[in-house]
Amino acid sequence: MVAVLRKQDTPAEHAPAASATGTASRIQVEQVSHGFNTPTGPLGVLEDVSLDIAPGEFVALLGPSGCGKSTLLRLVAGLEPATAGTITQDGTPITRPDPSRIVVFQDPTLFPWRTVWNNVALGPEAQKEAQRYSLPWLRSLGGAFTGSTTGSRTPDSAVASQKARVDAALQKVGLESFAKSYPHQLSGGMAQRVALARALVNNPRLLILDEPLGKLDSLTRLELQSELVSLWQKNGFSVLLVTHDVEEALFLAQRLIIFSPRPAKIIAEIAVDQSYPRHRGDPALARLRHEVLNHLGLGTSW
Amino acid sequence: MNSSINAVLDTGSELAPQPAEPSSFPAEHTHLPPEWRTQARQQKQQARFRFYAFGLLPVAAWGLLSGITLALPDKPAGFIEEWPYTHEFGVTALSFVVLWAIFTVLASFRQLPPTLERINASFRYVAPWLVASGLIFALWELLTAKLGILEPPFFAPPSSLFDAYINDYARLADSAYNSVKLLLEGILWGTAVGFVIGVSIGWSQRANYWIHPVLRLIGPLPPTALLPIAFVFFPSSHAASVFLIALATGFPVAILSWSGVASVNKAYYDVARTLGASERFLIFRVAIPAALPQVFVGLFMGFGASFVVLIVAEMMGVKSGLGWYLTWAQGYAAYASMYAALIVMTIIFSSLISLLFTVRNRVLVWQKGTVRW
Ligand SMILES: Nc1ncnc2c1ncn2[C@@H]1O[C@H](COP(=O)(O)OP(=O)(O)O)[C@@H](O)[C@H]1O
Ligand SMILES: [Mg+2]
Repeated sequence: MVAVLRKQDTPAEHAPAASATGTASRIQVEQVSHGFNTPTGPLGVLEDVSLDIAPGEFVALLGPSGCGKSTLLRLVAGLEPATAGTITQDGTPITRPDPSRIVVFQDPTLFPWRTVWNNVALGPEAQKEAQRYSLPWLRSLGGAFTGSTTGSRTPDSAVASQKARVDAALQKVGLESFAKSYPHQLSGGMAQRVALARALVNNPRLLILDEPLGKLDSLTRLELQSELVSLWQKNGFSVLLVTHDVEEALFLAQRLIIFSPRPAKIIAEIAVDQSYPRHRGDPALARLRHEVLNHLGLGTSW
Repeated sequence: MNSSINAVLDTGSELAPQPAEPSSFPAEHTHLPPEWRTQARQQKQQARFRFYAFGLLPVAAWGLLSGITLALPDKPAGFIEEWPYTHEFGVTALSFVVLWAIFTVLASFRQLPPTLERINASFRYVAPWLVASGLIFALWELLTAKLGILEPPFFAPPSSLFDAYINDYARLADSAYNSVKLLLEGILWGTAVGFVIGVSIGWSQRANYWIHPVLRLIGPLPPTALLPIAFVFFPSSHAASVFLIALATGFPVAILSWSGVASVNKAYYDVARTLGASERFLIFRVAIPAALPQVFVGLFMGFGASFVVLIVAEMMGVKSGLGWYLTWAQGYAAYASMYAALIVMTIIFSSLISLLFTVRNRVLVWQKGTVRW
């Protein structure tokens, strides 16, 4: 199936889409509709959503709370199958989770019984074990829960350098001195950084971010926004970001997609052509902000 | 001004490095009259030895105990003219008096090497309990042997425990050994089977379908109610007891492992799955570690239940162990032996629980604010 291509350590470049064709995925969401069966009857959540993310592109999703953004992310991650429509990664239909598409949730969801280092090492560890036990009988036993067994084949040299990869990921988010701490000893911002490192260590080709900075204080949030930009530029993966913060979306993303209230339909797409690093006070961004708020029905408060 | 401080205090050299602004930097004793300053210095020297007065209380309490034991005559009660081992008990109490006195003197010294400091700290910590225990023993000896208010043979003086331990040492040790062996065998089986069952029904719908109703039916039944039948069904009373102890331990372990696995935050599975985890990984590296805090609660409850079953089983059918010893001693109206056996039992069970908590604190270091046992 999909073989994960290891990223070469090329120096950072400012045009991620161009430099990163080998390490980023193209994601195509085609006429996807989705619903849930609830005790009070069927609940339509996504309605005919189509969306194309170019390799290395940074796309942000905006929409009213509860409209179905997180649901769309879960479908793209492969955590659930869509009711209707198809989602493909580089042309291959997405049927199950895979470490080439990593999700970072609003809560860091670090495993409290593991140290920071061991939390970051979770991906490589899980993938190695999945490989070791990928016997046919076990796969058939696994049913829906079985993770990818054929995805990321890790070459021997990469296995040998697993420790170095974890160290490097911790260094990228500036937490190497907290390797031996337990999650309950970290602040919210630090925990979310660890969650980022846990994602990055897998060299994902698509990073799925579900309001990753939503619960942080505003200063930490600004700080991490800049870090996200530089991580994206250095690593060159595609990013699908959900946020409720319009300014954050404008500061980070190349394209904004705006959803209607549930069931979510795409009501607008806004391209943000400003180059990186962006400036929060940029009048062009302020104009776009007005436009976005208009689409969200909040234009009058401008 | 600054030079006068140096003249009065030996430690003045510590103050010397700040000559730049002496007036804005008042030293501790600057404003004191000279004779007060000398007093402060003497106190500093005396601090190496400060008599630990509270230490006299344990000495007094245990002195009272040995005094009562040795000086007062025993009250004759029926066939007992004088309790055996009274003298030995008194002398032992006296030797503790000496020991507490030594510790009191030691605790009066300050700035000792770390090992001695640690001993001093422990002595100061237990001192109130030493007072209490000395008084309790003294009252006990007084009410039983000396005044006969609590009458023999149901109430035995503490000195008679000596008798029991010294004369029945072999039988008690053998009983304790057999009890521990039987208990551990049952607990190990119960923990292992209960844990596997709990995790299975927490994880798998099918296991839940088949095992859950059985658990609901059998679980609330006190295992002791099954004793008479178990003794018939099993080839030996030993096997029957192991089964019942395992049942008593296994039920709470199974229930709490189950609830532990069932209540794992579903987001943990999502995270692990996107990171490429197999089902095996989800069970062994996510569900079980997340459930462990609850498993330990189940173990704690299971241990308690297993103690009950052990003693009842030994009283009813097994021909060895502390429970058997209790009934045996009852047959001879040897109440002192029963007290002796109860003390051994307390120590064993309490140590097992302490061991469990030690293991838990090791395994769950990642938890904050765990209860210390
Ligand atoms: N597993 C589920 N079962 C039933 N309803 C769900 C489920 N997950 C989400 N929903 C519902 O779908 C709607 C969209 O949820 P979500 O995608 O989380 O919204 P948001 O855009 O705020 O991320 C909500 O009304 C929510 O209640
Ligand atoms: Mg959401």
